[in-house]
Amino acid sequence: MASHKEVLVDPIFNNNPIALQVLGICSALAVTISMSQTLVMCAAVIFVCTMSNLAVSLVRHRVPTNIRIIVQMTIIASLVIVVDQTLQAVAYDISKSLSVFVGLIITNCIVMGRAEAFAMQNWPMLSALDGFGNALGYSLILVGVALIREPLGAGTLLGFEILPTVSNGGWYQANGMLLLSPSAFFIIGLFIWAIRAWKTEQVEEPEYEIAANVQYREAM
Amino acid sequence: MASFDKDSLSNTFIVALALCLVCSIIVSGIAVALKPQQLANKALDQKQNILRAAGMLPEDSTTTADGRTVDDLFAEFTVRVVDLDTGEYLDDIDPETFDPLRAAKDPALSIALTPEQDVATLRRRENVSLVYIKTNGEDIEKLVIPVRGYGLWGTLLGYLALDADLQTISGLGFYSHKETPGLGGEVDNPNWKASWTGVQLYDTEGTPSVRIVKRRLAADDPMAAYEVDALSGATFTTRGVENLVNFWTGDMGFGPYIARLKANNA
Repeated sequence: MASHKEVLVDPIFNNNPIALQVLGICSALAVTISMSQTLVMCAAVIFVCTMSNLAVSLVRHRVPTNIRIIVQMTIIASLVIVVDQTLQAVAYDISKSLSVFVGLIITNCIVMGRAEAFAMQNWPMLSALDGFGNALGYSLILVGVALIREPLGAGTLLGFEILPTVSNGGWYQANGMLLLSPSAFFIIGLFIWAIRAWKTEQVEEPEYEIAANVQYREAM
Repeated sequence: MASFDKDSLSNTFIVALALCLVCSIIVSGIAVALKPQQLANKALDQKQNILRAAGMLPEDSTTTADGRTVDDLFAEFTVRVVDLDTGEYLDDIDPETFDPLRAAKDPALSIALTPEQDVATLRRRENVSLVYIKTNGEDIEKLVIPVRGYGLWGTLLGYLALDADLQTISGLGFYSHKETPGLGGEVDNPNWKASWTGVQLYDTEGTPSVRIVKRRLAADDPMAAYEVDALSGATFTTRGVENLVNFWTGDMGFGPYIARLKANNA
């Protein structure tokens, strides 16, 4: 059985939910325009993922197999509503700019995936750690993406000016593409490349090999 | 525990019921407990939007440079309920609880617009709306009206502020829209918003004539003061903004009310 430390630390680099499992990309594209949004989103996912794993693990012996997905969904959805309502009360501006993406944590594959794959089989403490670790792995990538997108796209970080942009009388010509969602694909792709260059065991075997280019006559 | 069968029909029902009960108690408990705080946030946000449109509050701060808070600034405004058709004030409706957006959906409190009238693509318009007036003694110093209209992806909601002459635009700001970031989303750009200040609204015939243009007229042309630079790459959004400004200051919007105020001033 995996040790506590492994369960917590593994998802950060060795088995990162975004970089290796390629889950949770949708919100990673949407909220990484600004760092403050990203941090709030990460905190929300960490809370939901940890608590849902804990709760699912606590009831795992009682839950009938044929309604287990519904049970997990209900638990996750309730937690997400709790987070959404709390944000609306204490951080109104950020909850407005995150808009639907807090609600969409319900469908974040990481939360659901960990509940079904891990929490249904493991005891509560370990499950909570696993949820926390996976959410941390998710957060790490998101913060990294936001760290690139916000300064280069808007010249700011957490709202403070880092690169004075031309429109505000500075020298930096802001790269508008980084404010659009597709840019996050490129950045996440570069991250995956970097992680796999460092941890080569993550590189997948090619599914097939392209035949060498041969002349028609040689092939005969 | 040997006899316990978690997949039995009875256990399925018990678990489902218990789960629903526990989750609904948690969710409704949180929702009820946080409701007052959420409503307070919404009201504060609305006030900020009004103050920003009127140019009285910086975009990135909730206090002014000399440390005045939103509530303090907003206390200078009077909120009145206006009948859009007659332009008269209505005192029997409480402006605190009246919501023009909700009224626009209620067939009893709104009218359907014909395609010719409906330049801002609203479909229905409320009969009664709110105005925010900043007075200095008897005289109006600023008038803020709620505006909305369809851009490219959805409805833009905002406030339009007019100066004391009810002819010069003091500011325009949107608090909710769905336009593309970097293109139509530039309606939030402080530089573009600043270009609205000082723009003239009504032409000599009293028709709202704001135009958002690609190429400005020569500065000495009398109509040059009615023009605002368009946002590049956002034709539909800017067209929507032009239409909504002209709609809400026109005959179907606050036109009759503004005309009445002007007549009183004269």
